Amino acid sequence: MSSPTVPADFSGHMLDLDEDEDLEVFTKKTSMTDGSPMPNSPSSMVNQYGLDEEEEEQGTSTKDIFITVDNPESQVTAIETFIMYRVVTKTTRSEFDSSEYEVRRRYQDFVWLRGRLEESQPTLIVHPLPEKFVMKGMVERFNEDFIETRRKALHRFLNKISEHPILSSSEHFKVFLTAQELTPHRKQGPSFLSRMGETVRAVANSVRGLRSRPEEFVIMQEYVEDFSNKISSMDKVTQRIIKEQKEYLDELGQYSPTYTQWAGAEEELAEPLKGMAGCVELCNKETEELISHLADVLVPALHEYVLCAETLKTVMKRRDNIQADFESKSEALAAKKVDQEALKEEVDALADRVELANNALKGDWSRWQNSMRTDLKSAFVATAEKNVEYYEKCLAVWERFLLSQRTEPSEEQAGEDAS
Amino acid sequence: QLDSLLKKMEINVAEAEKRTGKNTMNMQETYTVYLIETRPAEAVPEGGTPATPDCLWRRYSEFELLRTYLLVTYPYIVVPPLPEKRAEFVWHKLSADNLDPDFVERRRVGLENFLLRVASHPVLSNDKIFFLFLTEEKGWREAVLETGFQDKVDSRLKSLSAMFRVKNPDKRFTDLKHYSDELSTVIAQLLRVRARVADRLYGVYKVHGNYGRIFSEWSAIEREMGDGLQSAGHHMDTYAASIDDILEEEEHYADQLKEYLFYADALRSVCKKHDLTQYESEMAAQDLASKKQQKEELATGTVRVFSLKGMTSKLFGQESQEQRESRLAALEQSIQEGEELLKDKNTECQEFVRTAWEDIERFKEQKDRDVREALISYAIMQISMCKKGIQVWSNAKECFNKM
Repeated sequence: MSSPTVPADFSGHMLDLDEDEDLEVFTKKTSMTDGSPMPNSPSSMVNQYGLDEEEEEQGTSTKDIFITVDNPESQVTAIETFIMYRVVTKTTRSEFDSSEYEVRRRYQDFVWLRGRLEESQPTLIVHPLPEKFVMKGMVERFNEDFIETRRKALHRFLNKISEHPILSSSEHFKVFLTAQELTPHRKQGPSFLSRMGETVRAVANSVRGLRSRPEEFVIMQEYVEDFSNKISSMDKVTQRIIKEQKEYLDELGQYSPTYTQWAGAEEELAEPLKGMAGCVELCNKETEELISHLADVLVPALHEYVLCAETLKTVMKRRDNIQADFESKSEALAAKKVDQEALKEEVDALADRVELANNALKGDWSRWQNSMRTDLKSAFVATAEKNVEYYEKCLAVWERFLLSQRTEPSEEQAGEDAS
Repeated sequence: QLDSLLKKMEINVAEAEKRTGKNTMNMQETYTVYLIETRPAEAVPEGGTPATPDCLWRRYSEFELLRTYLLVTYPYIVVPPLPEKRAEFVWHKLSADNLDPDFVERRRVGLENFLLRVASHPVLSNDKIFFLFLTEEKGWREAVLETGFQDKVDSRLKSLSAMFRVKNPDKRFTDLKHYSDELSTVIAQLLRVRARVADRLYGVYKVHGNYGRIFSEWSAIEREMGDGLQSAGHHMDTYAASIDDILEEEEHYADQLKEYLFYADALRSVCKKHDLTQYESEMAAQDLASKKQQKEELATGTVRVFSLKGMTSKLFGQESQEQRESRLAALEQSIQEGEELLKDKNTECQEFVRTAWEDIERFKEQKDRDVREALISYAIMQISMCKKGIQVWSNAKECFNKM
């Protein structure tokens, strides 16, 4: 079965429409592009996938690769101690020789992968990795919670890559998932120095400034700035809510022993007072669970998009640099009288590069927006659900208590209006 | 209960008003007065209007005077307490002010509750001074002072020394004292916890208001998500605002607890009075025994008990038969008086124990009922709070689903 995500080099295979399933899948796509001939240029394919919202919601029906990150284990060498994660891949994709792989990877390996992906596709939005370490609160690198949070984020990272129409067909991605030893592969490719060179050029270009950024990217830039602010605020507010909830929980915990103590001094009242103690204890547990949900579901989701916002800013800068490169070279072309031929070729290549970069970003942009909307929507919905569940459970606790008190025979209940 | 004043009369503390005037030191002060309305409790005919109530104004210090009078005049009764003089166990710094309208309102309710408690008490409701308090604005103060109740006030020293020296207090009162101490401790602790919990819960709810603000700003830059975010934001604002009412309702629970915190003091007062009457009874018995001893020694000539008279007669010569006989007669007289006194003291003591215990049993039943009801209404409040939470978050969830 062919995969729905088709890499540029395999465009020829797309014309093999012998199986109905494939046809169905492709039909969905062609309907989006109004029956035009099979696309075979990278940029038009990016556009096509960028507009394909349905693919996002199809979920497991078109998913042909399943990746899990688990089983963190610490490795001790003479020089350092670090954590190795197990990465398991199950796939039916034809470019994979086997259907199942299991490898061990460390955080640095993920960093390598992401770097290579960014290099090969500088204006695609590559999902961010969890941070190197958390300065705030001085969380230890080998703290259990930290490792678990990181593991989940790494898991999400690989899955996000596998869902990306272009990035998931990257050779580096395949190597990452399949090679038992990653180190030999890590030595290849653009060196640190060449990356440095890129950075220097980027700085020089940014100092020079862009002639004019296309309108759509101006709008995008503004959006990214605003989004970054909002998502950071969301992150902060959520952390604050957790803090307040924890303090609330601490104080709430004082109720139960006091009611119990009082019950000890009473006769008739002992039973309802013990009942109260029981109720507050149960509400305590529910509050604990709510806090856990916020910490395990909402915070990671928000934090992920805080990092995405930074990624977006970086991507936009890169696009600007590509444009700046082209502009500076074409200015040089206009100024120089000699070497016109060679320079013109270079300028044309750069012009293509600009167009490619812009189209890649445009295509990936709407894909990213959709993904963001889906992810955050699901996190918010889950949080709202958890809150509803929390209040429902507490409601049940108090209603049970009320019922127990009202069915108790009481001396002068007739005149009491307990509403 | 059948003849209580409340059966014949409706009592309300209807309003509170600020007044300014000169106090005893001729300084200007602001204080609050409360309007007491009374009306005969008769059935209103169909379509008819209830009779206009009689009313008068009283300030807190007058309530205090009334209560002190009742405490002294009926030491065997667990006298209902007044609402607190100053706001204690506050969770919100703002409501610690005596002139704060919320505090004044809660005090109004507390004062009404006090009057209703007294008016429905089988013994206290028949008190003339109490009746005048409700009906005579002027001249009430004079009437109270005229009763001379201040003279009956037991000195603290007397009470304290009785507490330490009493030999055979009724075990039930000893237990009651321990109970009232325990009750004070747990309720005070509960009130402290409640204040802290309220503070924290306020924080949790209010921080959610920030979500409202951020969602609103964020919705402006989004296309598809905008509407969902915006409307969810409104629900977050609603959620944040809802805590104010919730915590205000909870004040009522705190007030109910406070009443019983102060009732514990009233219990302690009754126990102290018991100690005192028991002690006086023991002292009277001891006194009588010593006098009888003296008489015996005088009659038989043996000296076992030291007496100044006896010593001086030893030093300065035997007293005459006449002197001896007159001393004997005086002693006899003293013994007779002593026996009368002891009888009175014993009766007083027994009477006290009987009447006090009757009221204590009544109080216990009242307390069990009231506390249970307070717990029930707390549960109802929690249920209401949970229902609001479910509503808001369900609404928010729907909005998020539309994102």
